[in-house]
Amino acid sequence: MESPDSIVLTILLFWPLVSALLVILLGSSDSLIKKGSIWASLLPLGLSIYLLFAYDSDMGGMQFEQFAKWIPQLNAGYHLGVDGLSIPLIFLTTLLSTLSLYYSAGVINERVKEYFFLMHLLEFSMIGVFLALDYVLFYVFWEISLVPMYFLIGIWGGENRGYAATKFFIYTLVGSVAMLLAILGVYFATGTFDIVEAAAAQPFAGNLTLASLAFWGFFLGFAFKVPSFPFHTWLPDAHTEAPTAGSVILAGVLLKLGAYGMLRIMLPSFPEASVYWATWIVGLGAIAIVYGAFVCVAQTDLKRLIAYSSVSHMGYVMLGIGAAAAVMTPDALAGAVNRFGLTPEAIQDSAAMALNGAALQMFNHGIITGALFFLVGIIYERAHTRDLARFGGLATKTPHFYGLMLTAAFASLGLPGLAGFWAELFTFRGAFAIMPYWAAFGTIGIVITAVYILYRIIQNVFLGEYDPSKLPHWTTVQGEHADGPTDMVGFEKVTMWPLIAAMFLIGIYPTPLVSYFNQSARELLAFVQNLV
Amino acid sequence: MEGLFSVTWVVPIPPFLAFLAILLFLNKNKRGSALTAIGSALISCVLGWGIAFASFFRDHFGDHPVDEAIYTIPTGATEFVIGYAVDPANALMLFMVPFLVLMIFIYSSGYMSFPHHLRAEQYPTAYAQGKDPRYSRFMAYICLFATGMLGLVVANNLLQFFVFWEVMGLCSYLLIGFWYEKASARAAAVKAFITTRIGDALLMIGLILLYVRSEPSSLRFSELFTETNLDQLAQSLVDLPLFGEVHWISLIGVLIFCGAIGKSAQFPLHIWLPDAMEGPTPVSAMIHAATMVSAGVFLLVRMFPIYEFSGEVSSGTLQFVAFIGAFTALFAATIAVAQWDIKRVLAYSTISQLGYMVAAIGMGAYVAALFHLLTHAFFKALLFLGSGSVIHGVEHGYHHAHEHAHDDHDDSHAEHIVRRADGVLDTEDAQDMRNMGGLLTRMPRTGWTFIIGGLALSGFPLITAGFWSKDEILAFAWDGNHQWVFWTLALAAFLTAFYTMRQIGLTFLGRARTEGASHAPESVASMTTPLILISIFAIAGGWFGIPEAFPVLGGIVPNWIGHFLEPYMKYMHLYPHHPDFNFVPLAVSIVVALGGLGAGYLVYGQGLKEGQTDPVARILGPIWWMWHRKYWIDELYNSTIVLFTMWLSRFLALFDREWIIDWVVNGVGRIAIRIGDLTSAFDKFVVDGFVDGVGWISDQAGHIARLLQDGRVQTYLLFGMLILAVWLFLNVLPMILTLV
Repeated sequence: MESPDSIVLTILLFWPLVSALLVILLGSSDSLIKKGSIWASLLPLGLSIYLLFAYDSDMGGMQFEQFAKWIPQLNAGYHLGVDGLSIPLIFLTTLLSTLSLYYSAGVINERVKEYFFLMHLLEFSMIGVFLALDYVLFYVFWEISLVPMYFLIGIWGGENRGYAATKFFIYTLVGSVAMLLAILGVYFATGTFDIVEAAAAQPFAGNLTLASLAFWGFFLGFAFKVPSFPFHTWLPDAHTEAPTAGSVILAGVLLKLGAYGMLRIMLPSFPEASVYWATWIVGLGAIAIVYGAFVCVAQTDLKRLIAYSSVSHMGYVMLGIGAAAAVMTPDALAGAVNRFGLTPEAIQDSAAMALNGAALQMFNHGIITGALFFLVGIIYERAHTRDLARFGGLATKTPHFYGLMLTAAFASLGLPGLAGFWAELFTFRGAFAIMPYWAAFGTIGIVITAVYILYRIIQNVFLGEYDPSKLPHWTTVQGEHADGPTDMVGFEKVTMWPLIAAMFLIGIYPTPLVSYFNQSARELLAFVQNLV
Repeated sequence: MEGLFSVTWVVPIPPFLAFLAILLFLNKNKRGSALTAIGSALISCVLGWGIAFASFFRDHFGDHPVDEAIYTIPTGATEFVIGYAVDPANALMLFMVPFLVLMIFIYSSGYMSFPHHLRAEQYPTAYAQGKDPRYSRFMAYICLFATGMLGLVVANNLLQFFVFWEVMGLCSYLLIGFWYEKASARAAAVKAFITTRIGDALLMIGLILLYVRSEPSSLRFSELFTETNLDQLAQSLVDLPLFGEVHWISLIGVLIFCGAIGKSAQFPLHIWLPDAMEGPTPVSAMIHAATMVSAGVFLLVRMFPIYEFSGEVSSGTLQFVAFIGAFTALFAATIAVAQWDIKRVLAYSTISQLGYMVAAIGMGAYVAALFHLLTHAFFKALLFLGSGSVIHGVEHGYHHAHEHAHDDHDDSHAEHIVRRADGVLDTEDAQDMRNMGGLLTRMPRTGWTFIIGGLALSGFPLITAGFWSKDEILAFAWDGNHQWVFWTLALAAFLTAFYTMRQIGLTFLGRARTEGASHAPESVASMTTPLILISIFAIAGGWFGIPEAFPVLGGIVPNWIGHFLEPYMKYMHLYPHHPDFNFVPLAVSIVVALGGLGAGYLVYGQGLKEGQTDPVARILGPIWWMWHRKYWIDELYNSTIVLFTMWLSRFLALFDREWIIDWVVNGVGRIAIRIGDLTSAFDKFVVDGFVDGVGWISDQAGHIARLLQDGRVQTYLLFGMLILAVWLFLNVLPMILTLV
């Protein structure tokens, strides 16, 4: 469906690329680059907010679609579109990009031009993944996203940045290759690279072996990115070494690309294989929740701890996706009805809630962990260490920082009233109806999360009396000598408050956000149910 | 009337706004913070009382409870309704909670003076004001707490209930650790949150399973407690590993009960509550006596139909609930007998009293449980606030004594610590009852109100509120033939009266044993006025629940609580049961109350002499010591669960980073590099060898060719000539040859 609005997505997509080029061409001074980048990034943010309001949720489905021939020899098209799943994620991307640019303007003073160029390029590729409805396009953006992040870690990273950047790049690239093979498989089976058309054509339907191969190709590509246990170890290294804004974008958006791919491609294209392998997805998710939480408890590096908490939290996403996948097809649904003695409608609703939970967790984790990485960056700029043993008593010294960290940390542990809770609740609500034992296992993570948040982070960093001998050298955020920890300054507060406000708003009134996800979750389930 | 009910959702809002306002704008203004907090509590209290009284005076209110939606959250094809409810059960809470909140706010504004563990020179302004440096933050936290409790009370569904339940958990954490400079306060805060979180995780599972299994799938109280839904929950079975087939309703009931075990500090998750006394005393009064811990019991009251219907298919769940309650009541009472810290006695007393309510639920005594919850909230808040006033007074007494003996004052703390046969004594500790004595004359308002609260707690016959509510639970136990519950609770009641009298004796009677006690002043009016107001309810609160069958008194004052709640019980398909009057439970409850008080007075009526050890400790020996050390349960947990968790986390971290996962990843990387080395060797010697060979040849050719190009025109010319010559030779020569 072409509408006059359809140019919106193209502008949204290419504006960051234009910004990147402008940075290269016109960036005569650092301050011009910084200011210009921040202002330029407001356009995609504005457009994504426009999409939030302009999306017609009564009609549902793909909207603002744009289609053009691109590589006719391959039958690959320039096909963009958004639905209830992608719009909030695009908003998340543009919001975190703007905040990252804004924050980076305050702390990045080396190789400014390259840095801002790469940040814009990163935004371009992430928006591209969320907009693309063509496999070739999707794959191109997916790969482009690796490059800027590789350089961000490799150039502006910490001491061990070479190892971390290489590990990140190669790990994800291996997954990409598996995905590429699967994409080619889909192409040869259906003759199209269009994601929507290919799903409707149901590649390898009826042949579980081939479908499973394609499923696993995609699954590896996506699971490496999520990252799912046991493919997660690139994440702590990449996060720990990345510059602050890099960590924010990495945790906030890049991890979501994997889960987004599962929802956009894997589940609708291979429903039978998804049902068959659902227990694996759920199991890996539940293990990640518990395992990641336990590993967090033993960490001594603040940033690495939060990186591992991402492993744990992304486990909820896998748990939700897997639970919904398990009852997607009519046969699987009938089986679940027999097994649990519930009505088909009740199980369908549970599956929708599991998907809602997964999508909410993607969004909320972006907000919350994004905020946590900003906060780690804020303290690192002053302390130049992330060693938990060297902090203590900051609550008294830096009350503003304490308040925001407390809010973000409690949101992260799923405190009701803040954003994270709804995701956990919906995920477990869906999963308990479909895979009760794995879900029950996952609840161990709820308790252990409280242990590492309170016992490791809050108690170690903030409580107690401030002891100057633990860490004698402090600086201000500008790098000047300071007599002790100094509280957050203006630009840091401006970076943080939108995220904190979002945590409260979603926590108290989740309805608008859930409505988008619920819309697309129901469409996905109905799509699979109606295939004959 | 209807209009008033329709603003029920507003009740939790004013404290929340006050919370935001204080944190964002009033952080520096201590007086403004206090006034904002008190003002918000006042608005909530007026609203809450308005709604409560509107429901009290409406005929048959229980037949038509209010249940309205505020907004919905989409859940697939259905929606989850967020809303508010007013029914007799929460109307009673709306009477009790905002009033106590208001009293405690007023009290706090006087209580939060500069704490003695901070150094004055670090906080000069706060010290000059005589207020806690984080006074405003304290006000903000208790406002958020009030929001949590009020929100929980007006919730119309279990999920919303859970949301506010957890908000209170957060506030409890923040307030227990409010003086986080003290290591003990930090540890207590973390312990409280994580211990209750274990219960909460199980509660969440129960809540979700209830949500999954209900038809229609919902958590709204009015939709859950329909006869068809409860019946189908009771009839359907689930096959659990280890346990075999159980009824869904039993499983859900037990899981939800686990939440109450955590929040209401029942055995085995009781360990956090005594440590929670590290928080400022108003916090102990509000959170850890009057409101939050009773939220656990209120949860059971809310979920009562589940327990009632589970009793129809199997008695296991109810027996479990009753057992935990009765056991905790006795278990905690024994510990309370052997404590020295004035607040810890009250903490264990709270655990014990909550045990009564839980046991009442387990026996099906809905009205009695709620009744005891209300009366207990009043008198326990009174006792806690009274103890805070005492601590405050003794601290001031010490301060006063130190100022007068300033010259020869030695700051070393070690000499104050004395090892005694009845535990370690810090002679400067303003919370240790051994450092008190004779305070009734020094602090008459605090003293008499404390005695009123103590008598109510002991169940002093006929006059006090505690008697009526406790008696009702005992009567129910006797009537329902729950023999062992009855005798356990009776024994606990005896101990309750005994340790209460011990506390009164040690604190208020006899002679002052320290400088602190002999110089303690009466507290300021903002602290004593709430004590006096609450003490009215600690007495009169019980008169609204005198059973009709009670001799002489029954019928003179109608059993108002019963009448108010019974229509609502019928509305929820419950059949209220009135125990027949029997002299045995009445006689027992009078005998244990008076007996315990009398025995306590005999032992502690004159206080202790200076340096005298506890007479009971001498008699009971190791048993007293076991009580004093709280049955070593903390030590047990530390050496098992805590140790195992820490070990497992370290093991998994090494598994991840060193042993397996990263080792495999790096190993794959190394293998790839090895393969790369091999292929590069192949490349170098074979593939490149060929390429290089070709290159070498062309290189050599190039070298030769290069000789020809030395850049001199003469050479080029020469070459030109040569080429021309060759050309001529090749072309012209054959022509010549043909000519020849």
